[in-house]
Amino acid sequence: MSTQLADSEDQHGHHHGSPFIQHHYDNAQHQFDSGKLGIWAFLAQEILFFSALFVAYMLYRAYHPEIFAYAHKYLDTTMGAINTGVLIVSSLTAAWAVRCAQKNQQTGLKLCLLVTILCSFGFLGIKYIEYSHKFHVGTLWGAKFQPHEAPDGSPLAPEGKETAKPGPPAAGHGTTGAPGGAAAAAHTAGQTASGNTPPLGTAGSPGGAVPGSDRVKTDAAGHGHAASGPPPPNTGMFFTIYFAMTGLHGIHVLVGAIIFIWLLIRAMKGHFTPEYYGPIDYAALYWHLVDLIWIYLFPLLYLIH
Amino acid sequence: VAHHGHEKHGHGGHEEHGLAHIASVKTLLGTWGILMVLTVVTVLATKVDLGSSMNLVVAMVIATIKATLVALYFMHLRYDRLFHTVVFASGLLGLMLFAGVVMLDRGEYEPEIIWDAENPPEP
Repeated sequence: MSTQLADSEDQHGHHHGSPFIQHHYDNAQHQFDSGKLGIWAFLAQEILFFSALFVAYMLYRAYHPEIFAYAHKYLDTTMGAINTGVLIVSSLTAAWAVRCAQKNQQTGLKLCLLVTILCSFGFLGIKYIEYSHKFHVGTLWGAKFQPHEAPDGSPLAPEGKETAKPGPPAAGHGTTGAPGGAAAAAHTAGQTASGNTPPLGTAGSPGGAVPGSDRVKTDAAGHGHAASGPPPPNTGMFFTIYFAMTGLHGIHVLVGAIIFIWLLIRAMKGHFTPEYYGPIDYAALYWHLVDLIWIYLFPLLYLIH
Repeated sequence: VAHHGHEKHGHGGHEEHGLAHIASVKTLLGTWGILMVLTVVTVLATKVDLGSSMNLVVAMVIATIKATLVALYFMHLRYDRLFHTVVFASGLLGLMLFAGVVMLDRGEYEPEIIWDAENPPEP
């Protein structure tokens, strides 16, 4: 540490500098660099944290492309795109907040932090609208996937009641050929018999014995399913993955919002100077990573062709 | 370490004062603008039928361009220490190893794990 900056910090750092420079660091630069390495190590860990969900997504999509080709139509691309824009704007203001702190522009710093906070709540608000819509129509995770409507909004009879009615072909449940058993049994038999074969929506052909290879091919290409047809089996898995990924991401957004509120309070107290703005920089880096993960989540979940 | 001297005096026309590189307003707004444009592009690209796998490739390439821009300019990696890039890349390497090995191995598992009594799996 024999450079000009280090020397000047050694001489003046503790007297005229920020009171937030801790004494166990040589100088402001040392403290800043230590924190910066720490946050980068944390971000690398965050990638590994999310990687489990991304791998789950990849594996399940490789096994069951038809589920993704169908289920993504339940998602509102406009909402997703708006949220992408909101996050990118907040990334801009977070990066700008760092610049303001570096240049000692206190008003700009507070303004940038405020806009970042507003954007993070905007994102969460839109996510709340999306989530509540999914609770409303029943497109939830796993066995809780009991949609009342197809992606295009056309009504879809609940599975349980299907058996009571004598095979309404309009509803699309192809259980007409199934021998007397409950629809649920035919359902299970159908999906286990040939892996990807959708047992539903094949009215007219004997349920459970559908040679599904053609259907699966078209599904894999993403053109097989009309948005009005019934979902392929295990479509709930898409929403399991959807809620796990967007949920974990949403928690990160919420944590980010809380951190930026804390930073705004500190900024209003005038804590941040060109000599001490580490927390702003680290929070911004974290925020950019949250944005970066969403940059991948958006096309993977909303933009399936 | 000589590194601090470098940061103090700077070079290459970038603003270099104090503790780290300062991104110019032009860089910030330019990066933001490209990211917004690419968001629109990736939405529009989905509407074009390129075949399901090609559409996925295009979407992922656009996402990766966006992610790289965020990392280089918003996260300052282009002007930051190389070691921070190495740390970050190590996380990505972990992801690639994890994903790569799992995807290579996926043929080794039963694709359907729901038990069917009438159609038991072959012994």
